[in-house]
This record gives sequence, C-alpha cells and structure tokens, in this order.
Amino acid sequence: MQKEKILERKGRKISLLGNEAIARGALEAGVDFVTQYPGTPSSEVGDTFFRLKEEIKKINPLFYFEYSTNEKVALEVAAGAVFCKSRALVSMKNFGLNVASDFFFPISQIRIPGQLVILVADDPSCWSSAQSEQDTRHLIFGAKIPMLEPSFLQESKDFVIFAFQISEKFQIPVVIRHTTRVAHQSGPVVLGEIKRPKEKKFKFKKDPKRFVTTPPRVLEMKVDLIKRMEKIREVSEKSSLNKIFNQSPKSKFGIITSGVGFCYTMEALKNLNLKIPVLKLGFVFPLPKKKIKKFLENKRQILIVEEGDPFLEEKIKEIAFEAKWKGEIFGKESSFEGGRIWKERKTILPSVGEIKSEYVEEAILKILNKKSIYKKHLKEFLEIKVPKRVPLLCTNPPCPYWAIVGAIKKVLNPEEVIFGGEIGCYMLFSHKIISLQDYLFCMGSDIGIADGISKRSNQKIVAFVGDSSFFHASIPQLINSSFNESSPLIIILENQTTAMTGHQPQPGSKIKIEEIVKACKIKHLKVIDQVKNPKELEETIREFIKLKGPKVIVARHICALLEKKLKNRNEKR
Amino acid sequence: MKKDNFNLIICGVGGQGQITLLRILSEASLMEGKNFVGAETHGLSQRGGSVEVHFRMGKVFSPLVPQLCADLIFSLEMQETLRAMYYCNKNTVVLINKKIIPIVGEENLKQEEVLSQIKKFTKNIKIVEASRICQEKFKKEILAGVYLLGYAQGKKILPLKEKFLKEAIKRVIPQKYLEINLKAFDLGRKLKDD
Ligand SMILES: Cc1ncc(C[n+]2csc(CCOP(=O)(O)OP(=O)(O)O)c2C)c(N)n1
Ligand code: SF4
Repeated sequence: MQKEKILERKGRKISLLGNEAIARGALEAGVDFVTQYPGTPSSEVGDTFFRLKEEIKKINPLFYFEYSTNEKVALEVAAGAVFCKSRALVSMKNFGLNVASDFFFPISQIRIPGQLVILVADDPSCWSSAQSEQDTRHLIFGAKIPMLEPSFLQESKDFVIFAFQISEKFQIPVVIRHTTRVAHQSGPVVLGEIKRPKEKKFKFKKDPKRFVTTPPRVLEMKVDLIKRMEKIREVSEKSSLNKIFNQSPKSKFGIITSGVGFCYTMEALKNLNLKIPVLKLGFVFPLPKKKIKKFLENKRQILIVEEGDPFLEEKIKEIAFEAKWKGEIFGKESSFEGGRIWKERKTILPSVGEIKSEYVEEAILKILNKKSIYKKHLKEFLEIKVPKRVPLLCTNPPCPYWAIVGAIKKVLNPEEVIFGGEIGCYMLFSHKIISLQDYLFCMGSDIGIADGISKRSNQKIVAFVGDSSFFHASIPQLINSSFNESSPLIIILENQTTAMTGHQPQPGSKIKIEEIVKACKIKHLKVIDQVKNPKELEETIREFIKLKGPKVIVARHICALLEKKLKNRNEKR
Repeated sequence: MKKDNFNLIICGVGGQGQITLLRILSEASLMEGKNFVGAETHGLSQRGGSVEVHFRMGKVFSPLVPQLCADLIFSLEMQETLRAMYYCNKNTVVLINKKIIPIVGEENLKQEEVLSQIKKFTKNIKIVEASRICQEKFKKEILAGVYLLGYAQGKKILPLKEKFLKEAIKRVIPQKYLEINLKAFDLGRKLKDD
C-alpha cells in the first residue's frame, strides 16, 4: 500500500475523500490544534489527523489532536487553545452542533486571539443519521458565524485555507458546511504547500474585557459582532466564491445554488444542453445581498437549488421583497414530497431527502413548461419487487450484543417491558428479528426518558446505552436517576469503542464506567462479560428488574469487528 | 451529443469491499489522467445493509450517477442489482456476481426472479460466478470484487487500462493481500465467456 498520500508535496494531484481534503486544507493553512467527536459524515476529518498525528508532528512539533468526549467539549477545548493563539479546527456532524450550541452561540460574540474553523456535516436523506434530517444552517445563521459551503473536492481543501484567513482577519470563528455528497465525494485534488508554522509560544493573555461575556459588556460585544458581520458581508459581496456561471444578460431565467447543488445544476444544464445563468454561492453567510439583487434584476424566474431545508430560498425571497423585485422564485418551500427517491415528482423540487441532478433537470423542464423523460422509467422502477435489506448487528464474527439480546429474550417478556434505545450499533435492536426498541431519539436521551416514564407509569423499563454515548451525554442523566430516584434498569454496552462511526477510541480505556456509576450512588450495579457469562447476565436481569430505584449492568465485551481489525493489524506487523 | 463520460454503479451488501473497489478505480483514473468523481456510502449501512457506490469518469459534475445514466452496473449481490435499476437504461451493461446473500427475516428472491425483472430494463446481462471461484481458488470470497474488476477490464466494458488498474491495486491493497488480489484480477481478466 502506498504511504500517506495526504502528506504529499505541493503541486501533486492526488485522489482524496471530501473530508480528507478538509484535513489537507487545514494543514496547508498551518493548523496546529484539532479536535473531533466522531459522527458520520464528518469523522474522516478527525480520523485522518488521528492516524497521521506522529507524521504531522515531524512537520510541526506543537501539533495536537484529540477525540474529545463530545462536541461541546471539542469546541470548548479548541476555543481554549485559540485563546492561546492556536490555529484550531473542530469537526462534527450536524447533531454535534446541537450539543455544542450552548458554547457555539457565545463564542461568536468575542474577538478570538487565534483562528478557529468548525467543520459541520449535514446528512440529507439521513444516510447515516437517525433522529432527524437536520439542516444546521439555522443554527449557524442564528449564532452569526460566517459560513462557507464547498461544492466539490478542490473547494473543500481550498475553502479551509480561506476560512482560516477570514477567521484571522475578523477574529471570528468560521464554519464550513459539508453535506454527505461533498464529505464523501472522492476525486482529484491539486495540493498546495503544507505550512510549517513558525515556532511560537502559546500563551493565554489575561483580558477579561475580551473573554468574560457578562452583561452589559456582552451587549457591546453583540454590537461589535453585528458591525463585524457587515464588514464580512462586504468580503462576501466581492468574493470569487460567489460567482456567476453561464453569464447571459438577456436571460430571464436564473438559478441560485450552493454546495453540491451546484454540481447537480451544472449536470442538469449539460444534459439539457441549456445555458442558463447560475449564481453559485460559496460564501453563504453573510449572504452577498447586493450581488443577489443584481442577479435578480432583469430576470423573471429564479430556481433555488440547495441541500436541506428551503433555507436560501427563504432568505432570497426576503432579499427579493426588499428589492421590490417582480418575478417568481421556485424551489422546495411549497413542497410536501420526497424521500430517498422522490417518487411523486409533482412539485418543483422535493422538500425531503437529498437533491439529485435529474430532479434539477425536471425542475427546469417544469418551469419551462416542458415534459420530463423520467416518468415512465420511474414507474417501472417503482414496480420492482425486492425485499428491503436493513442493517443488522454483525453475525460473522458475531457481535457481543447478541448475547444481551439472547439473555433479555430468555428472562423478560418483551410485551411487558419497555426498551429504550439510543444511537450506536445498538440502534439495530430495532431490527424486526430483535425488536427490542420502543423509542429512539438522540445521544444521551435514553435514560432521561426512562426516568420520566418510570415516574409516571409502573411499567418496567430497560434503557440501553453505548459506552461512547455514556461518556458523551449520559452521565447527567444517570445522576438524575440516582438523585431523583427513578427506576430504570440501565444496561451499558461497553464494547470498548465507538463502533458505529468507525471504531474511534473512547474514555473507557482509562476511566472505569463502574467507578462513575458507583460515584453516582447507584446501589445495584454489576459488571458482566455477557459472552463469557451469559447465565450471570440472565440472573442479574431477572433480579434487577424487580428492584426499585435505578440499576446498572455494565456489559463488557469487546466489539467483534474491532477485535478482528486489531488482530489483522497485529498480523501485519 | 457525443458521449463524453462513463458512469458506473457498484452495488452490493455492506462489507463486500465496494469502497476498496472505488479507491482502485480512482487511483487508476488518476494515473490515466482522466477526470473522475466518486460517491461513497459510510456508516450504518456498512453493517450488512445495501451499499451503493458511484463512480464517474470524464466530463461530469454530479458525484451521483443520474437516473437512467449508468453505462455499467457492477453488482456484487444478485438482489441488490434490482435497486440499481434506477440507473439502468436499455444499453446499460449489468455485470452480476452470482451470489445471493439472504436478507434476514424476509422472503428472498430466487435468481430467476431477479433476472426476469432486470430484463425489463436491459438485455445486456452477464453473470459471473466470482464468489464461488474466489472461494475455491483463494479461500477468500472477498476477492470477488477484484475478480469481477479484472473480468470487466478484460472484456473492455470498463474503459481503464490493465496496467493502471494493477498499479492502482498495488497502491490501495495492503502488502499482505496484494499477491492474491493481483492473481484474482488476472484470473477474472482471463475468464472466457461461454
Ligand atoms: C450528537 C451526536 N454526535 C455524534 C453522533 C454520531 N454517532 C452515532 S452513534 C455514535 C456513538 C456510538 O458509540 P457507542 O455509544 O459506543 O455505541 P456503539 O456504536 O459502539 O454500539 C455516534 C458518535 C450522533 N448521532 N449524535
Ligand atoms: S461493529 Fe462491533 S458493535 Fe457494531 S454490530 Fe459489529 S460487532 Fe457489534
């Protein structure tokens, strides 16, 4: 296998994944501090630094990487380093920004001494996300943090470098938004030079006026932020990241797009052999209002192509209203259709699920009152009979969670017990051959919900929590169960890894879960290797389920796939 | 309009090595100096769910193969081929590994039931017993993908040169498994159609 191509020298053209291009871009920008909490489709950013950190240290001895306990911690840790003048990158998936949001909002208020870039990855169509098809742009705009959105690989790399420049110039964090099809796109990238930062001493310089966000100072900060945002808007107005393709002054029809929507738009126009002007927005926030107004000026019809909610669409409608523009704006706002495959195809674009180039093609045809060529084929495709193949816990080698499923089915009547689920491989307990999942929301929510149910109903309840999830967001919930004396049986699935997102390490290797549980004053606690001692697990479940108050079983057995990977790695050595 | 691109879908079940194949194709196109873009699926579906990988060469913008636009559907599992019919037109070549991985808890389709449905979309279907041959010759079914890659190259339904694909395999596959991968590729290349 070839050696690390991602560290190749300037001028080389190599094949990378979108998230790897982010990592390379950060290196070219001279990043010295990176944090990540894993989450698809963002994990490869951190995974790349984790894999290469020793190599990178040869270039920059002060380089630091960590997998943080959760996204809020990741952002706070990076901010701390930035307060000491680091150049930091934080990476997370969309839901991670929800977790981090309590810190994400105030961090924009201050003028940061170093530079901070935050990569956030949305997942339209929920390819690798449960819980909701979330568009993080709402949060990003809400926090007033500038945002760039690359469309393809070269941009992913180059935009990071630009993001660090904006961050430096305006002393503000900058977000890069990826969506799945950009994050997990692969293709050629031309490399720039990896920056070797000058040896510097990092130091926190005391300055309460800058770092303490109490009122009324925080209101002055807000004024300063709004002013800065207007300055940044001027950059966005002039930026080549916001660019018009297919200029043709006479055209009454135009398309405004961002992210991978641009790729779909260009593909659609190529297929239709049309030259319609396209305004590509790469510097999305603050929006270049003047440029948009100018683009609207002599047009009468505008199509908005974006991944996620009709977000730009709303903003552009506001801008059009402000400009007293007379024309029609088409997009997905008035649609109630969609899915992974858009079956109905009655509206202009679907409001649910990812966009595809054929959808854009059809949207253009509808606006031009022409017929689609896809209807007949789509109908035939939808008539195909083939059973759904949903994921399942590993069978070869067998997942250690099977032993838990087996024990529960033996000693409990699933009809009489409620099973709380969470995010991780164990969300596959929803598979119809397992069927041990009565609710599932976000990381850390399981025990809290179980507390509430056990306070209102005398039904028995089992809450499953993965080990990475436990450290991420479940400890306050566990303390709540203990403090407020609710009655769930909590089974912590300690497979010694963050399996679902690609087997990243988690704190359990250093911090024993049972010690935390004990410290939370949970009276009924047992640690069991469920694969070696299935009988013990069965007996404990049988005993614990009857007891009042919170009970915890730590089921400790290594993830089978990780074990296999480690074995392969050792053999290679 | 003259065709200026090549569109490939690789479908199968999580764990069959689709992403490795995509890496090989990417490196080979890079060496040939061809523009390309790929789209991968990560996360949940890799635990035995349906996995579909897109690979496009030439003048392309979208990372996804558009509906009806596949030149080649490269299928590692029979039933999964049907989901890729979204990309299939009457000229699409469908190359199928003769292998059914049962879907747990469902009524699975038989080979004939799969083929009769594919035939409504295209007549260019080629079934190769890649899994069986690789299991017999190498005791490693996972090589089926590279074997089929060799077959597709040998039959010129994949427009990439042999030497670049082999060089790409060398770049992508760990040393320990390199030799059998190259052997599987060659064996696939030499397979005669009956
Ligand atoms: C806030 C948030 N961050 C990240 C993720 C992505 N994610 C999905 S499952 C998972 C962790 C799974 O690890 P663990 O709890 O140990 O369960 P396992 O997969 O090992 O069974 C993560 C981080 C998420 N869903 N939400
Ligand atoms: S990856 Fe590990 S934890 Fe996840 S299903 Fe497979 S064996 Fe179980």
